[in-house]
Amino acid sequence: MTTIDKTAHVPAPRESVSGDGPLLDVRDLHVEFHTRDGVAKAVNGVNYTVSAGETLAVLGESGSGKSVTAQTIMGILDMPPGKITQGEILFRGQDMLKMSNEERRKIRGRKIAMIFQDALSSLNPVLSVGYQLGEMFRVHQGLSKKEAKAKSIELMDQVKIPAAAARISDFPHQFSGGMRQRIMIAMALALEPDLIIADEPTTALDVTVQAQVMDLLAELQREYNMGLILITHDLGVVADVADKIAVMYAGRIVETAPVDELYSRPAHPYTKGLLESIPRLDQKGQELYAIKGLPPNLTRIPAGCAFSPRCPKAQDICRTDVPPLVPVTEQDGLELVGRGSACHFWKETIHG
Amino acid sequence: MAELKKEPVDATPNVSAVETVDVATEAEAVAAIDAPVSQGEPILQVRNLVKHFPLTQGILFKKQIGAVKAVDGISFDLYAGETLGIVGESGCGKSTVAKLLMTLERATAGEVFYKGQDITKLSGRALKAVRRNIQMVFQDPYTSLNPRMTVGDIIGETFEIHPEVAPKGDRRRRVQDLLDVVGLNPEYINRYPHQFSGGQRQRIGIARGLALNPEIIICDEPVSALDVSVQAQVINLMEKLQDEFNLSYVFIAHDLSIVRHISDRVGVMYLGKMAEIGTDTQIYDHPTHPYTQALLSAVPVPDPSAREGRDRIILTGDVPSPANPPSGCRFRTRCWKAEERCATEEPLLAIPERFVAGSTPATHESACHFAEERDVVHAA
Repeated sequence: MTTIDKTAHVPAPRESVSGDGPLLDVRDLHVEFHTRDGVAKAVNGVNYTVSAGETLAVLGESGSGKSVTAQTIMGILDMPPGKITQGEILFRGQDMLKMSNEERRKIRGRKIAMIFQDALSSLNPVLSVGYQLGEMFRVHQGLSKKEAKAKSIELMDQVKIPAAAARISDFPHQFSGGMRQRIMIAMALALEPDLIIADEPTTALDVTVQAQVMDLLAELQREYNMGLILITHDLGVVADVADKIAVMYAGRIVETAPVDELYSRPAHPYTKGLLESIPRLDQKGQELYAIKGLPPNLTRIPAGCAFSPRCPKAQDICRTDVPPLVPVTEQDGLELVGRGSACHFWKETIHG
Repeated sequence: MAELKKEPVDATPNVSAVETVDVATEAEAVAAIDAPVSQGEPILQVRNLVKHFPLTQGILFKKQIGAVKAVDGISFDLYAGETLGIVGESGCGKSTVAKLLMTLERATAGEVFYKGQDITKLSGRALKAVRRNIQMVFQDPYTSLNPRMTVGDIIGETFEIHPEVAPKGDRRRRVQDLLDVVGLNPEYINRYPHQFSGGQRQRIGIARGLALNPEIIICDEPVSALDVSVQAQVINLMEKLQDEFNLSYVFIAHDLSIVRHISDRVGVMYLGKMAEIGTDTQIYDHPTHPYTQALLSAVPVPDPSAREGRDRIILTGDVPSPANPPSGCRFRTRCWKAEERCATEEPLLAIPERFVAGSTPATHESACHFAEERDVVHAA
């Protein structure tokens, strides 16, 4: 069964996932930016997969390459200065990087949609939200203005915007932050995509609104059995919604794990340090553990393990050899499903 | 930290001190401001502080058609050497409180007593002395440092305004000392802000706040623009400086976990009012105001095993407009406990009657008619 219909202009009915393969499979992706100050290596060999109905959280600080990876998957990376030097992005088994612009445009929005962080600057301030929502239907499905409007009202109802019919011709500035983010979600959901990439969807929101938006997202994901890539730096949000986690540092994935495992037994010193450096709500701790130093400059990533200058356990080998992402096992050699760590000393980190 | 005894809020504290302002000369006011305060004494007393921003209509003949009630009558004390955290959603007026305490905005009504002097009424030399003792650290280290000034100029500029703190020849050395105190290399004195990372810039902002040896530092979201691994560094630095220089902090933030970590007492604000105030244990482990409970339960806890067991209260809707707040209790439009009484009668910030007799951790001030203890932070 072909998963991407190259000729059809009318949308095909929703296809089920072909075979057992994952929805999205990113393989050894490398992205660079050529700038005046040199070549910034933003993504250096990222691998991850997402299946239908699954939530992958990509965790990392600013500059870790998490957003660049997402933009590359969406095909909205600015090129130049960006350049994909290596790798494959398989969507239902087909390499999107080898597709023509025309083919990619059919996937973007329809099969893979994105929710951006800052809803106010992602929405066009001079167009009504109804027009912007309806655009999805007019462009991708060729619906008339009237039909598109009716569908937009339906969508706004679905993301629980009160009085949707009355607010359809309002402009983005007339909505509150939480409502704007709902409109972004509605826009991403419009064509019932298979995969949604949410780039820091709640960072700009207050906690009470954040809880509303995350609940909505989880509910819609269940309803449509969508894959979700959640990009965030908030360890709390990740613990609440993710199934599996990929921790990024300086353009590489340094640890992957199912959500419970990562929090209880981190296998990389960076993850461990991050978990120890966040204050807790339910108990008052002593002095916080702080990871010393700063994230590296991407134009001058340290040799060997990029985290070695900040790592309390760094040895000579860490400064010379780049640690590969190896499977993590129990002490007796029993394999831990879905776990990997890019540390020479993962055994010591996880098993103490 | 010293044991802090919370005294019942008295509407007219230090009556004698207030009266002396009227007759005191400016010099006496300055002397009072420069006098030391012992640990555990209130250094700042805020009483019924109000700030309304007028809403006007018309271009030539401006007519006031209403007011945004950003801060609408809040009272609290700040004790010497403690950290008072103020939390609340955006738009609840917490940053306006910071500006009022800094006298960057003039209060519409109410008083702020700093060592017995009402700073909202001061001017001239006495106000300048107050401003020297109350400093501020801002949220965004990328916009709060002038990109065209060197670090030395940014920190040293404070000495131009308050030359009595450091004599002219001594200033460069003082700036280098300050850089050293906040953990930056003193040789960076001639660098520009863009040459530093976010965390380092926030250290520069803190050094600037420390330059005049203040007693109080108002921190408005000092770490929310920083990366997680850098946040801990800055928080630890601020705690170290507090011990070293005996500073009092007013720590304004929306991140409840960080506020709990750094604060001795916490105040929860909603729509220009204080909803609940108490020690960190009272607020976080024994909250009695529904808003505090909802706020705490909405915070994602970095522990996946707590995902199922937690008691989550999801509020509906958004914060109402402060230009037209609900009658009675301001939280009633989103509150699941709201009854008719809440619409007509405004709950006052006081220890709820049912808890007055006891001395449980629930005995703290809460502005709710139906205050009830409920632990939402710890998994069942």
